[in-house]
Amino acid sequence: MSFSWSRWVGIIVKEFIQLRRDRLTFGMIIGIPVLQLVLFGYAINADPKRLPTAVLSADASPYARSFVAAMQTSGYFRVVRLARSESELDELLARGEVTFAVTIPEGFGRKLVRGERPVLLVEADATDPGAVGNAIAALVQLPFTALARELDGALAGLAPGQPPLEVRVHRRYNPEGVTAYNIVPGLIGTILTMTMVLMTGLAMTRERERGTFENLLSTPALPIEVMTGKIVPYILIGLIQVTLIVAAALALFRVPMQGNPLLLYFVVLIFIAANLTLGITFSSIARNQLQAMQMTFFFFLPSILLSGFMFPFRGMPEWAQWLGSLLPLTHFLVLVRGIMLKGNGLLDLLPQIWPILAFMLVVIAIGLRFYKRTLD
Amino acid sequence: MSELVIDVHGLNKSFGGKPVVRDFALQVKRGEIYGFLGPNGSGKTTSIRMICGLLRPDSGAGVVLGHDVIRDTAAIKRAVGYMTQRFSLWEDLTIRENLEFVARMYGMPDRNAAVSRMLREIGLEARKDQLAGTLSGGWKQRLALAACMLHEPQLLLLDEPTAGVDPQARRDFWEEIHALAAKGISVLVSTHYMDEAERCHRLAYILYGRLLASGTPDELLHLFRLATWEVSGDAHRLAGLARRLRGRAGIAHVTAFGNTLHVTGEDGAALERAIAPFEREEGLRWRAASPTLEDVFIHLMQASGRDA
Repeated sequence: MSFSWSRWVGIIVKEFIQLRRDRLTFGMIIGIPVLQLVLFGYAINADPKRLPTAVLSADASPYARSFVAAMQTSGYFRVVRLARSESELDELLARGEVTFAVTIPEGFGRKLVRGERPVLLVEADATDPGAVGNAIAALVQLPFTALARELDGALAGLAPGQPPLEVRVHRRYNPEGVTAYNIVPGLIGTILTMTMVLMTGLAMTRERERGTFENLLSTPALPIEVMTGKIVPYILIGLIQVTLIVAAALALFRVPMQGNPLLLYFVVLIFIAANLTLGITFSSIARNQLQAMQMTFFFFLPSILLSGFMFPFRGMPEWAQWLGSLLPLTHFLVLVRGIMLKGNGLLDLLPQIWPILAFMLVVIAIGLRFYKRTLD
Repeated sequence: MSELVIDVHGLNKSFGGKPVVRDFALQVKRGEIYGFLGPNGSGKTTSIRMICGLLRPDSGAGVVLGHDVIRDTAAIKRAVGYMTQRFSLWEDLTIRENLEFVARMYGMPDRNAAVSRMLREIGLEARKDQLAGTLSGGWKQRLALAACMLHEPQLLLLDEPTAGVDPQARRDFWEEIHALAAKGISVLVSTHYMDEAERCHRLAYILYGRLLASGTPDELLHLFRLATWEVSGDAHRLAGLARRLRGRAGIAHVTAFGNTLHVTGEDGAALERAIAPFEREEGLRWRAASPTLEDVFIHLMQASGRDA
């Protein structure tokens, strides 16, 4: 039989009609490019600036203040906290509240004036080496220029040649700047997000699509029994996945495990629960498996782009950071990197745990609204 | 004892503003096989789902096995056996796994024994480890019936249980239904098949969401004083004849049954006058027949269409 143009057109027309009927797919056709454009175009920035910085100053001289001002002028640093002690500085870094911690030693100004080249300590949170790289490069240049105005007149002799002070940079948590240290723990989060949301998303829609949901509804089974009963197997699957990734991280990529492995499993469980509730909610909203998959994808995309997994979180504009902080993955990344690389304890983790729990509560509320006991 | 297992009235249900079931009432006695008839989309499935607690009626009241049809849906679900129109067991579970799952859902004590007994009864013991999806239509239907009988309900709601099942399997199925009814189990069954309708104790006919008629098959046959003539002849001639007969005064409807036509009217004398011009035509054999249930239902449908 020869190729028939009218048959061919018939198939095209039918395809268009069906596309138009499937509102969600149609929405995704428009939504995905717009989402990607906005995210890639505006939100993602591989050269993060205005990184949060804490300063611990034991010196009241104008030179110390000038140096900090020069740091801010470089555009890479934004002083958000004045710490009172070294332990506070440590804590701020550990919790990820600041990316840089500057320590100005006692007698900094005096030594500077005497030409003794005082040492200024800058600690960087190098868990994500890419996020701090440019800032550190800028920092290294600062001693040459920062105090140029102060050091004129009688002190001009100190300016040329050797810089008048030394900036010592400590890359904390990941001194060698190994990218895998950052990526591999992050993969735990992305893989869990993908599989947990998708698998549970399909779990309920599959029943609906095959017609077995009606049978389930006609039995005395309660919604809470069905929902939680469907979740449990996937919790186990998630734990197996985490164990596999952590084992590979330690054995193949030599990622350090500074913190408590049990604590890691604890936050993993919370994260799994959040993703599973989202999946179940998707599946009570979606009418078929395809829609559940599209919803998952629509959630997954911002999750990897805005969470700080692929691109530095601090590099994004404020609105994008705000959006990102709604996502459980954003907080989970901080948690998992905090435990594995920084050795954080439970108290350090709490600020990132409650947003995940809040996310879960909201999603459960939506899910229960949509779960139907009857076929209405 | 004429205890009612289903006694509902005034049930209404609409989807998206479109009424699907209107002012529905039904009484089913213990041990009765109640046939539920009507064309596709007439609201049979919706009515059954409301009775078994799967759908909440917009309004109406009633009791099913003594439980309130609006408030006690959980109790109703536990007490009735509902067989869905489409095969709704898990195709990727084996026959035994399906029955075990259902047994667990109903919290049956001594699950294993009940499942084994059921497997023996339906003759699927040898194939118990076969996936349900690989069964033929007739066996799937037996398995589905077994699944909704497992918790020994006193009332069965069967939604077109024999659609797509071969005649032998259908016969066996009805033998089984009658055996159950003899044990005092009540059955509400929807169907499109007239031979099945004739095997019910009582029938209800529903159209456009309204219950149009109900009664024993015999009562329904005499609902209208229909007169029917049967004409036989060669197929081509019959087709032409049907065209010419339709719409004539005195003729309500003309229905083709293979090599015969059923010509039905509401008044015997008027019908005879209407067909008189054709009785002499060559190659046609006319004989008076008694109207069948199908004639009655077609008449119901057309009469209702005229009113609408």
